[in-house]
This record gives sequence, C-alpha cells and structure tokens, in this order.
Amino acid sequence: MALRLWASSTANALKLSSASASRTHPLPSPFSLSRCFSSVLDGLKYANSHEWVKHEGSVATIGITDHAQDHLGEVVFVDLPEPGGSVKQGGSFGAVESVKATSDVNSPISGEIIEVNASLKETPGLINTSPYEGGWMIKVKPSSPAELDSLLGPKEYTKFCEEEDASH
Amino acid sequence: MAPLMNLVRLRGFPILQQLHLEERMLRTSSANWCIINDGTTSPAIVMGLSGKVAELVEAKSVLRDHIPVIRRFTGGGTVIVDQGTIFVTLICNKDDVSDVQPFPRPIMSWSGQLYGEVFKGLADFHLRENDYVFGDRKFGGNAQSITKHRWVHHTSFLWDYEVKNMSYLKLPTKAPEYRLTRDHTDFVCRMKEYLPRSEFIERTIKAIEAQFSVKSINLESTDIPSSSEFVHTTRLLTEQELLDACTIQT
Repeated sequence: MALRLWASSTANALKLSSASASRTHPLPSPFSLSRCFSSVLDGLKYANSHEWVKHEGSVATIGITDHAQDHLGEVVFVDLPEPGGSVKQGGSFGAVESVKATSDVNSPISGEIIEVNASLKETPGLINTSPYEGGWMIKVKPSSPAELDSLLGPKEYTKFCEEEDASH
Repeated sequence: MAPLMNLVRLRGFPILQQLHLEERMLRTSSANWCIINDGTTSPAIVMGLSGKVAELVEAKSVLRDHIPVIRRFTGGGTVIVDQGTIFVTLICNKDDVSDVQPFPRPIMSWSGQLYGEVFKGLADFHLRENDYVFGDRKFGGNAQSITKHRWVHHTSFLWDYEVKNMSYLKLPTKAPEYRLTRDHTDFVCRMKEYLPRSEFIERTIKAIEAQFSVKSINLESTDIPSSSEFVHTTRLLTEQELLDACTIQT
C-alpha cells in the first residue's frame, strides 16, 4: 500500500509539474516535489489550511491540495454548498469525509460561488486521484482579488508542508 | 504546563442533545472539552454524516418501534446506542495537542495510545483499523470532525447491549477488513466482561490527566451558547425520510 501511494504521488508530481497543459518541462521543477512527494503546482496560490486557488480572469477555482488528500485518506463523501452563496477568506464552505472524519474545507478567498463540481457527488474519489483538476470543488467570483497576495506561492507552500510533516 | 481540559460528566443524557452540545463546543468555544456520558436515555440509531438510511437501517422495524434515527456531524458508521453505551468525547485545540497532526489517522492513533493506557494490564486492547477491540472483537466505535484549528474525537463504548437492538441495523456494505463476514453478535463484545463501569470512567479520566490539567465543570456552568442560537448539522431524521427508506427497501 505504501509503495503504491509513493508511486502514485511521484507519478502525480511528475505529470503535474506545471499548471499549464504543456509538457515542455518533463522533469519536475525543484519545488514541485515536497519531502512527502505530494505535488504542488506552479501558477496556483495556497492557503496554510491546504486549499489551492487558481485565478483566471474573473473566476477563481478552489480545491484541496495533493498534500491534504494524501493526509486525509480515501474521500468517501463531499459536502458542498449551493451556487449563489458567498464565501469568506478563511471561512469554511464545505467538508469532506474520509476514514471516520469530516474535515472542513476553507475558502482561500472571499467571493460569490458561481459553480460547484457536481461530479464529486457520485465520484468523491476524484479529490484523491485528481486534486488539482477533476477534484476541483467550487468556482468563485472573487470580491477582493488583493486577498490572493496574502496566500502562499508554490515554493512557500511546499516548505510549509515539509515543516509541518517534519515537526510531527 | 499541561493545557487545560474541561471535563463535563453526564449520566443518561439524551444523545441528540449531547451531539448538539459537542457541535457547539467545537465551533464556538476555544477551550478543550472532555464529555463523558454514562449511558443515554433510550435507544437511538446514530449514523455518520454521509450515512444513507436505506442502506444502513431496517426502516420498517425502526418506524414500527419508534426508534429515533440521528445523522451526526462527524464521519464514520452507524451505531445503536442506549443506557448500555458509555460516550467519551474529546474536543481539542490542535495547538494543545501539538505533536498530533490534525488529520484523521494521527488523531485516531493518538486516541489509541490514550486508551492503551486505560486498558493496560486489563485486556488485550488494540486500535484495529479505526475501532477499539479486545482481541478481534469491537467494543468501541470512533468518529471525528476536524476544523481549521480544532478537532473532536468521540467514541461510543459498548458497555452492554441488547442483541435485539442490533437487528435494527443492516450489515454495512463497507466494513473493516478484520470483521470478515461476522454478523453483529460475533463481531462485537461487551466491555462489562472486562472491568466495572466506574473503573473504566476513572481510568479514562486518569489517562487524560496524564496529558492535560483536568478541571471538572457542571454543564450549567459552561459558557457555550444555547441550542437555539446555533444551526446544528446533527439532526433527527423525519418520519418521511424513514418512509422513503422503507419504499426503497421493499
């Protein structure tokens, strides 16, 4: 089991070394592999509660990181809000269930929820297999784009995860 | 200096009210809390957050016998609880248990070590997958809820149980591997065969005292907001929901 997790995490990291679809850099950049081989993508911003946000124009997509899904275990249920609601930076907008736990998912930014990933109802495991793509959770219209500046970049988030894991 | 743990001891407290209290403590308090409820009033079925009643409960019997079915705010499986169940809940600031990463498996492991101290020298206790067992028989079921800065780990301990109550529960489709194909009566065991009720509670408090500075608090003295001021996730299922489950099951 451990070997499979290692291999899948490493494979994830190698495949997803860049947020863009191009494969011009087949080798992972130095900071896309954490000590635990969870992948961290360039081009995203990260919260220290292990959510990521991808800002593209007027829409921000939010999900949980590879580090988070790895530490949570197999996700069996995802509780998401309805579109039309609002999120506040740092506030909880939903939860995932894994092992015997429900774990809050917190929004890295404030804004209006414009879309929710309906696939997660039938296939919650997308959060484990594709945390940055198929496992996206909500799309938000940011109300304060400047909030993104307060988030961690890929390098900082990688270091944060390494320090967290090392201290336990 | 050891972090403070407020201890609330209850007896025969209704499980729905206990779960509501735990949710309010988790979400509105910044203190650490331990709740020990020595038996609840009358039988109730308690499912985890994502539980599907038609898959987990014999809906016709439950409706016939007026057994309440509750969906709780934590994850995990389904239990039927009554006056033979002892509940122990720990609600902690993650920074007060700083050597435990606030994720399900580290918290579960930490709890296994705590209860290892409780049962030391008394029984062949293990944390097996996510259950507390003596040998290979389950006597305690666990569930958790984790927020940004806090988490709750709660356990229902089978002090004693009535075999007839187990018949309200279906055999779950998702079961731990160690269960194999055993039905309820071959899979679980009664804690009362191992130690007196009061001794279990005292040993649990002693194990908690090894990590925290424990202070007993009366329920009335807690500064937790009242039920009416909070929207709980935990709720009682409606009769309609149980009737719908009946329809699916026939």
